[in-house]
Amino acid sequence: MAEPFPETGQVEPEGRIGDNIVYFARALRKAGMRVGPASVKDAIEAVLAAGIGSRDDFYWTLHAVLVTRHEDHPTFDEAFRLYWKSRELIEKMLAMFSPVAPDTREKVKPRAAENRVSQALFEGQQKNRPPREVPEIEVDARLTFSGDEVLRGKDFAQMSAAELAEARKAISQLRLPFDLVRTRRFKPDPHGRRIDPRAMMRSSARTGGQLILPKFRSNRQVHPPLVVLADISGSMSQYTRIFLHFLHALTEKRRRVHAFVFGTRLTNLTRQMRHRDPDDALADCSSAVRDWSGGTRIGDTLSEFNRLWSRRVLGQGAIVLLITDGLERDHVDGLAEEMERLQKSCRRLIWLNPLLRFDGFEPKARGVRAMLPHVDEFRAVHNLDALADLCASLDKNSARSVDPRRWMDSGARYAA
Amino acid sequence: MTVTKPRSVPQSIDETLALLTSADYVADRALATVLFLSLRMKRPLFLEGEAGVGKTEIAKVLAEALGRRLIRLQCYEGLDVSSAVYEWNYAAQMIEIRMEEASGKVERSAMERNVFSEKYLIRRPVLDALTGKAGSAPVFLIDELDRTDEAFEAFLLEILSDFQVTVPELGTIRAEEPPIVIITTNRTREIHDALKRRCLYHWVDYPDAERELEIVRTKVPEANSRLSAEVVSFVQRLRQIDLFKVPGVAETIDWAGALTELDKVALDPETVSDTIGVLLKYQDDIARIGQGEGRRILDEVKAELAAAE
Repeated sequence: MAEPFPETGQVEPEGRIGDNIVYFARALRKAGMRVGPASVKDAIEAVLAAGIGSRDDFYWTLHAVLVTRHEDHPTFDEAFRLYWKSRELIEKMLAMFSPVAPDTREKVKPRAAENRVSQALFEGQQKNRPPREVPEIEVDARLTFSGDEVLRGKDFAQMSAAELAEARKAISQLRLPFDLVRTRRFKPDPHGRRIDPRAMMRSSARTGGQLILPKFRSNRQVHPPLVVLADISGSMSQYTRIFLHFLHALTEKRRRVHAFVFGTRLTNLTRQMRHRDPDDALADCSSAVRDWSGGTRIGDTLSEFNRLWSRRVLGQGAIVLLITDGLERDHVDGLAEEMERLQKSCRRLIWLNPLLRFDGFEPKARGVRAMLPHVDEFRAVHNLDALADLCASLDKNSARSVDPRRWMDSGARYAA
Repeated sequence: MTVTKPRSVPQSIDETLALLTSADYVADRALATVLFLSLRMKRPLFLEGEAGVGKTEIAKVLAEALGRRLIRLQCYEGLDVSSAVYEWNYAAQMIEIRMEEASGKVERSAMERNVFSEKYLIRRPVLDALTGKAGSAPVFLIDELDRTDEAFEAFLLEILSDFQVTVPELGTIRAEEPPIVIITTNRTREIHDALKRRCLYHWVDYPDAERELEIVRTKVPEANSRLSAEVVSFVQRLRQIDLFKVPGVAETIDWAGALTELDKVALDPETVSDTIGVLLKYQDDIARIGQGEGRRILDEVKAELAAAE
């Protein structure tokens, strides 16, 4: 990339280069990067400060200011390649919006962010295509409060659309868990057990040092991070959709809730879940996830999570909720090791398995047997009661009824 | 550390690159560009990357090359204002109050001024970093920011945008010249966009083979050239495997150093398995490389180097 930068006029903020940076930033924004007006101003200043020596320097100058997340690097790279490759920029801009196929000479293999960037740049062409059909969730506006008891015990998978809507409403009214962990920070607390010298000194200055009264402080408590790994394979998708509603309700009330879904691969939905409106949030999720209702590869996705995400989201005493039926399609080699690593990286690992709703459930599947020894709790999650139980359990320590060893014994009998 | 005469900041990307090279830091042009911009635009530099790719080293090298003081704030969970910014010396304040009482003339406003004066202020790294004189502002390294919590991040926002700190009892302390701020994170959690926006961002990646070889030659000059080439090639291949934690540059340097101490001139399977603990720090990874895969990589390395000769 050491070729001299194509002449783009003199470096003047109000000249063409300034305009071009503005347009470039706009293209980046459309491609999904967060580029605010302030960073555009910074970018122009940075280019003025560095001067334009070579194409490479120009690239890294813009990169320094406009890219703030490592994930955005491929997007930026691709956008830069598409946007600044021309000598006659205006002509190229015209070409971009005309229906001629873009220049593909130097393309060897499809790059990661190419699709997104070209969609942003060539938006005009796509406008007249029919919008892709999005599976719509029917919402019944009628509210029936009777039959609440029946609803609470009913399996999510057997609910009608109207009942699901009500279940969602009930979920938003659940009493959410109020689990707290102690941090090393302090807050003033008259009943605290530690002395607070700073507050004492400040209050004594008020009386001119006549009175030095004791002040106290205690440890501040915060919600620990909650990380959810949910299975969205065919057998699980109904439960997971409902559970995402539960998760959304949690996300509203506390920070540090991370959501991941997996089928054949892992998708991070944390940013999508931040949407205020649950339907918007779920619609965002649906478009972000590419493998709804496909197969499951639990071992591979757990390994990916462990490698790429565990160190980023499992700090500070996180609780992990793993929602899956444990029916691994592929081989189960390495599944136990990945589960063990996951359990060791978090404070508590809770496995939610809708199959537990069957009274005669026995851990027969090899996947289930591989995973069971490495979880702290094993619970059902198929109706509203189960969700309420889960909320209650996050508050306190685990009960005997959810101890995975209860199931492991019967699993051992089965294996023997 | 010994403080030499402060030098002024470099005026171009090439000068920045030369400055880093003169201090034995082998940097690529991308890093030099962003460092130059951060010095020129007086913006904090936000370095993200895996552990052991030389993020902290940049700050140290910069301080040394520019002859500035290095102030380091190591972040940890529960870092608060009293250990990051300032603290009052309570014991001394109490004595001051008693002394004034004993002398018999207690005047409230005067006493408040005395007790809360700079004399009793204990400066912690943040406050310390704001005391630079013009032309010799210190290098302020905020290390592993991801270890602290969001509350501290929000507090840093104020400092990084205005370079001033308000001590309620004393007033606002403003930097004569803003420090050269370098923030590093290992990405154990996302840092908020608001903070990143105030900085220049750079992802410090593992170096390519050529640059890594240069780094090993600079840092371990006594290593045999064949050994360095084999070490670098081996590590580069390790990074392509799905390990839980792939070795960083720091590990490469350590390994080259360790092998040199053992008087090795080339890699052999026994040495690799004896010293692999220098490179890999997780038992799973070690077991995996121990089980044949290490030997396979070593054979590939030898074949490649033989072909290159």
